[in-house]
This record gives sequence, C-alpha cells and structure tokens, in this order.
Amino acid sequence: MAQYDTLDHDVLIIGAGGAGLRAAIEAASMGARVGVVCKSLLGKAHTVMAEGGVAAAMANVDDRDNWRVHFADTMRGGQYLNNWRMAELHAKEAPARVRELEAWGALFDRTPDGRILQRNFGGHRYPRLAHVGDRTGLEMIRTLQDHGIHRGLDVYMECTVVRLLKDGDRVAGAFGYDRERGRFRLWRAKAVVLATGGIGKSFRITSNSWEYTGDGHALAYDAGAELVDMEFVQFHPTGMVWPPSVRGLLVTEGVRGEGGILLNREGRRFMFDDIPENYRAQTADNEEEGWRYVIGDKTARRPPELLTRDHVARSIVREVREGRGSPHGGVFLDIAWIKRRLPNAPEHIRKKLPSMYHQFKELADIDITAQPMEVGPTTHYMMGGVRVDGDSQMSTVPGLFAAGEVAAGLHGANRLGGNSLSDLLVFGKRAGEFAARFAQERPAVRVDEREADAAIHEALAPFERPSNGAHGPYQIQDELQDFMQDLVGIVRNEADMRRALERIDRLRGEASRVAVSGHREYNPGWHTALDLRCMLIVSEAITRAALERKESRGAQFREDFPEKDPEYARFNIVVRKGSDGRMELDRRPIPALPAELAAVIEEMK
Amino acid sequence: MVSEVLKPDLAEPGRVQEKAPPDRKPEPTGRATFKIWRGDATRGELVAYTTHVSEGMVVLDAIHQIQAEQANDLAVRWNCKAGKCGSCSAEVNGMPKLMCMTRLSDLDLTKPVTVEPMRAFPPLRDLVTDVSWNFEVKRSIAPFTPRPPDAPDGTWRMAQSDVDRVQEFRKCIECYLCQDVCHVLRDHQMHDRFIGPRFLVYAAALEMHPLDVADRVPALKEKHGIGYCNITKCCTAVCPENITITDNAIIPLKERVVDEYFDPIGRLVKIFSRKSVR
Repeated sequence: MAQYDTLDHDVLIIGAGGAGLRAAIEAASMGARVGVVCKSLLGKAHTVMAEGGVAAAMANVDDRDNWRVHFADTMRGGQYLNNWRMAELHAKEAPARVRELEAWGALFDRTPDGRILQRNFGGHRYPRLAHVGDRTGLEMIRTLQDHGIHRGLDVYMECTVVRLLKDGDRVAGAFGYDRERGRFRLWRAKAVVLATGGIGKSFRITSNSWEYTGDGHALAYDAGAELVDMEFVQFHPTGMVWPPSVRGLLVTEGVRGEGGILLNREGRRFMFDDIPENYRAQTADNEEEGWRYVIGDKTARRPPELLTRDHVARSIVREVREGRGSPHGGVFLDIAWIKRRLPNAPEHIRKKLPSMYHQFKELADIDITAQPMEVGPTTHYMMGGVRVDGDSQMSTVPGLFAAGEVAAGLHGANRLGGNSLSDLLVFGKRAGEFAARFAQERPAVRVDEREADAAIHEALAPFERPSNGAHGPYQIQDELQDFMQDLVGIVRNEADMRRALERIDRLRGEASRVAVSGHREYNPGWHTALDLRCMLIVSEAITRAALERKESRGAQFREDFPEKDPEYARFNIVVRKGSDGRMELDRRPIPALPAELAAVIEEMK
Repeated sequence: MVSEVLKPDLAEPGRVQEKAPPDRKPEPTGRATFKIWRGDATRGELVAYTTHVSEGMVVLDAIHQIQAEQANDLAVRWNCKAGKCGSCSAEVNGMPKLMCMTRLSDLDLTKPVTVEPMRAFPPLRDLVTDVSWNFEVKRSIAPFTPRPPDAPDGTWRMAQSDVDRVQEFRKCIECYLCQDVCHVLRDHQMHDRFIGPRFLVYAAALEMHPLDVADRVPALKEKHGIGYCNITKCCTAVCPENITITDNAIIPLKERVVDEYFDPIGRLVKIFSRKSVR
C-alpha cells in the first residue's frame, strides 16, 4: 500500500477562499495549531472573482440603514426560508468584520468625508456594498492572505481532500493528496472547518472554475452530515454569452448598480414589465425615478434591474424564449447610455467598473463605454449546503464545521448580491472561533489506518483499470454538465428531472469504471476522475431536492408548479446519506421567528 | 415601457458583433498546431498537437481542448479564466502571458504556437512550475502596520486620492509574469538577494498605504536588494494588469532609499530630528 504523511493540527481548514482564511486567522488567534488545505495556490480561490462588494449596514452613505433593514432585506430575498439566526448575526456583525479588514490593510473606495463608500445592489434597500471598484473580492482575499501568512498557519497548497476521517461520531481529520507529486496525506485534527465553496462545475454554463466540484458538500454528506436547501442554485442573471469560450463568465451586478439597464432586441427595457408584488412598493415605476436612485436621490426607489437575481434571471430567460433575445441568445446590458446623463461618462465607467471594461475589451472586442454588452444567466452560487448551527457553524457531525458557500442557511431560497462576501467574513470568523474552542475542550482523536488504506485504494484504482477509450474523465464530466444544464437548470419540471436522475445513476456506473493514463505527478486527468464522485453526489442532491419542492420560490422555478405554495414556506428540505448508502430526503420545519425579529420583518414590509 | 432615448443605439442590435474591430486579425477557424513543452524537473521537449480553433478562443481554451481530447495528463494551472486570479501564466511564442487572456486572433496561426512554462522558476511538470519561492519572499516583508485609528469608533478617514495611488499596486493578481521576465531572476538567478518586481510593488503598496507607519526602506536596500533593479522596465511591459511597475512603484522606492542613505543634507536633517537612519 502507498505511503502517506501524517500531519497533526487542532483545527484543519479545508479551503482557502475568504471563509477558510478568515476561519484560519480566528482559530490561530485563539492559540490553535491551524492547517489550511487549498486546492489551488494560496490566494487564487474564487473569492478573487467577487466583484461588486461586501454588504454591511454601516450607513456611511445613507444613514437610514441599520442591521434591521439588512436583516429584513436578506430574509425577503431568501423568501423566508433562511436560517433566521444566521440572517440576524450576519446583519449585526458584518459592519465590524468589514472595518476589521480595513485594520488589516484593505483599502475600500471612500466617501467625500473619508469613510468607506457603499454602493447600490440588487435587493438591498439602501447603498450598502463596501467596494473597491469592481475588484472587491481580490482586495478581500489579498488582505486576508497577507494578514494570514504572519499568523503561523501551515498552508498546504494544491492539495485535494478525498474523504473525512472519523473517530466514532466525531470528525478526526481528513485524507487527501497533493497535486504536485501525487503523494498522499493524512491530516489529523480535533476539528475540521469546511470552506470549499460551491458546485458550479456540475453545470455547463458557469462562472465557477475547475475547483468548484462540490467537494465540501460531498465530504460532509459522506461523513453523515445533513445538507439543506440543495434545490436552490443561483443562476446569476448576467454572464457573458459571446464569444463561446467566455460563455458564463461573470458580469458584475455592479454594472446595474452604476446605472446599467437591460434591454431586449426591440430596445425595450423589459424589467419594468413584471415587478413582483412583494417588491412593488420599493421599486421605481419609471426610468426617471430609477436614474435618480442611481445618483443617490434618497426619495427615489430603485430601478427594476436591481430586483433580486432569481427574478432578473427568469425575466431574461422569458425574453430569450419569446424571441426577443440578442443575436447570441442573451439580452443587452447597457451602461454606455449614461453618457446622456453624465458629462464624463466613459471615464466614470472605466473608474467604477475597470475590470468589466478590461474583460469585454480583451475578450469580446466590446467597448462598454460605447456599446451594450450581451449577457445571459450563468450558474453562479449554491445557496444549499451543509446544515449548520447558526451561532457556531457546526454541522450535525461533532467537530465538523462549515462556513461560506459550502454552508447553508443565511441565504434561504435566493442570495442577495454582496451577502456572500459578508457571509464568509461573519461566519468564517465564527466557524474558526467555535472550531478552536471545540478543539480546546476535547481530547485528542484517533484515526483508523484502514480508512486511509481504503482511501488510497479508491484513489489509485483509475490507474489500474483498462482504458475505456473515448469515455474518459473529461467526457463524463462534460456529459454531466450538459444534462444538468438542460434538465435541472433555471426552468425545471418533473419529467426532465426524473431523466436527470436516471442519467446520474448511469454516469455513476461509468465513473466507477473510469480509467486514467500517465502517473501521479500533477495529472489533471486523474484529478478530474476523482472529482466526479463529488459532482455526482451534489447533482443527485440538487435534483432530488428540486423534485421534492413542488413549487416555484426564489432560485427554484418549476414550470409544472409555477406558483409559490404557502405550504412549502414552512420547511426546508434536508438531504442525508441513509444507512443503506442511498440518499434520503426529509422535510424539516422552520422554527418560528422570535417576536422581535418577526416585528422587524413586519415593520420593513 | 420602451426607451425612446436609447433606441438609436440599438437600431441594429447585432451590428456590434458583426463589425470586425480594426486592430484585430480576422477570427481564426479551422485547425492550428500548438507545440507544448512536456516534461518534468529533469527533462522535457516540445510536443506538437493539432486541434480545431474557433471564434473568440484563447490559448487556454486550446490547451484545455488538447487536454480533454489528446493528452488527459497535460499539466496546467488555471482558475478563473478571466484574467483575475493569475494562475495560468506561461510563455506563449516566447512572451510571458496569461493563457486565458491571450486571444488566438492575436497570434499567427499559420505557424505552430509554442507554449512553455515560465522559465524563471523550476519546472514541475509540463506548464506547471514551482512558484513557492514567491510565497516565502512575501512573508519576509514587514507586514501592514496601521497608525492608531482616527475616530473614537476605531475607524480611519482617508481621501479617495490617497487611496487611488495605492490601488494601482493592489490590482496585482500575483501571476508572477514580472518575476518571470526580470533578468535579475531569470538570467542571473539571484533569488536569494533580490525579491523581484512583484514584491517591490507589494512593498510600494505598503509604503504608500495611507495608514501604514512601518519603515521598509532599510530592508529594501539591504535584504530585498532593490539596487539590483536597473530599470529596464521589462516587468512593466508584461504586466497583464497594466501596473506601471517601474515608474510608479520601483523608482519611488529607489528614491526613498537614496534619500535615506545617500543624501547628506537629508542625513543631517534626520540626525538633528533624532530619527535613526538604521
């Protein structure tokens, strides 16, 4: 049997995006010996891609903002399926987490009086997103990284975890391999924090990179933890659609925050055509008012382009399906039009949206200060994930924590833009803190070497199989992405999803027979073969949960059940591994809101 | 509601796509050959692969296609595929580039396109190099050290103009192409004496940070080897974020070193103002 190194930590963090790094910093500050495993190089995780900003009710731009408004906005955006305790903590603690970043060196854009500037974003009642042009995520991850490297963390770059280890009911560490040499590693730890991000790679059109194969979701599931809200996959309304090689690449909501408007091929601003009832009172009903909102008129209501992402994405799909789309199957997003309102518009656009300007210029030959962009929905974010305790972020497995995108609860049925960066700060910190505390209070763990041997055997099996020709790991991944996109995408129905389940089942068989060539040193074919398992678990969970929810709410749209059903507002759908190894579903009632939070929601209606 | 004001711009919605921009060659179609360096720490060679190409493709797309169809084990780093993470650095036809931002329409596809790993770092496998030295260097630079907060609530006040000056440096995506092209590192292999343009930019971002009070000038002169840079500006030329590395970061730092160590009047002023130069 192959050799492996054993490494000891109090707290092991799996994932080094914003949530993982924030958790690591917190755990280290409490004296824990912290290991951080990252699938890529340090500082390359997808937090880097976050553009628009981090939501925190600091009230620097509009003094009417406070945690109560942010809480109510988050709950409304999530269609009240949110874990309300997480929504409360998030709204209360986000401002302190953002200020803390400034103390660690982050430089946000400023207000005229020198404080942190905040911008408008979809679903947020007031300007709330602290930002740095349109590269906020880079600023955040670099700040956390540069602060973190002086905190005594052991960072394991380019390592992938293939299974969690347990000591009885408790989590006891993780087992994985390094990409560089293909050597195996066993990390023994008293507490483990999952911060692995999302699942976008299960779909064809996505803003996510190769890493986002749902590893944390699948590892937690296999370790016996519960997943929740898996039916809610966020399709961001504005991804690039042309040229084909950049299809799915994100176009920040910040474009709309700065005044960008959506138009169909007839030049009609279609977002005015359908404004949902629960947002009507706070949405502009004419263009003039929408523009006044953009330039900071506090008496104006926000333009309909800044409605929640689920609604905007569906409106775009409607325009395209009804034949009013752009030449390459999207719609037009126009920011250049603001030149009619602002004297120095091109300069303003380049200043506020520098990376969008750069991205379209370089990759699509479009000058966004002069021409409209073509955009369409792209798989962007997973609301669903590991079910955790709102305060501690611990899963249903003792010692196993989760934070950021891999954890569920804060966002309910739909996430508001800007709430993910604040999510990873608030709950990254909490997960790190509670994981360190858990490790301090518990005795050492023991790991069973047979588990490591089994993991090695499983990981090396693809090298020992005879090649099955054209159906290699990439072809299986492609097939999964194609049918998940077509059958379990933005518009869903029972028949399609039943077919998806059959195909997942068949692909699982093929994945278990997949062969790879070459050797273990930095072999992406092998890595892809091992990632398939996670992608299949996640895809099945999404499909089963989406079948179970026979209604349309938030990010889930069922054409066979196009309306919201109040009955489905009463529970979350939980997924877990049954004792027979098959996936089980459960309807978990949502606990009643405490009176003071219920009053906040009522007051903000 | 139809936007009357906007209609003229969108009279022919497809128009913007059909017009070929003047500064680009026509979009490639058909097949092209890529000579990709395959090997490990000890040896390697260029291996030719032919694959189909289509509109809008970048070099990384071609690499992925070859990986999926012909060479499953072809090693390459990448993440965002949008020029934001700085993972897919390589040398395309000898030029340090991000593969995800290098359009095939900008290359001459009548000849094979060579794709090699960054040469300033030890090769690991195929297009992947060992860049761990960069992570060690960063840790050797004195971290951010803020002045006490300006307001009772623990926050600071900064002018946008002061922030703007540093934000240019903070755009850096750590692709290390500037390190790759720097002859001090690439040709003279002085990794133990010179931190390279990336980390001079990093030091400049800290030194010019409106809140930072640490002094990195002595370390820049002694430990970080700023004197080895002789301002050939190769780093600036390859920066995919268009950071004016030499003029805006390195030269001002060199000036600080000169002011502190080689300006006699400055030295006297410092002695009399009781500020140590060491």
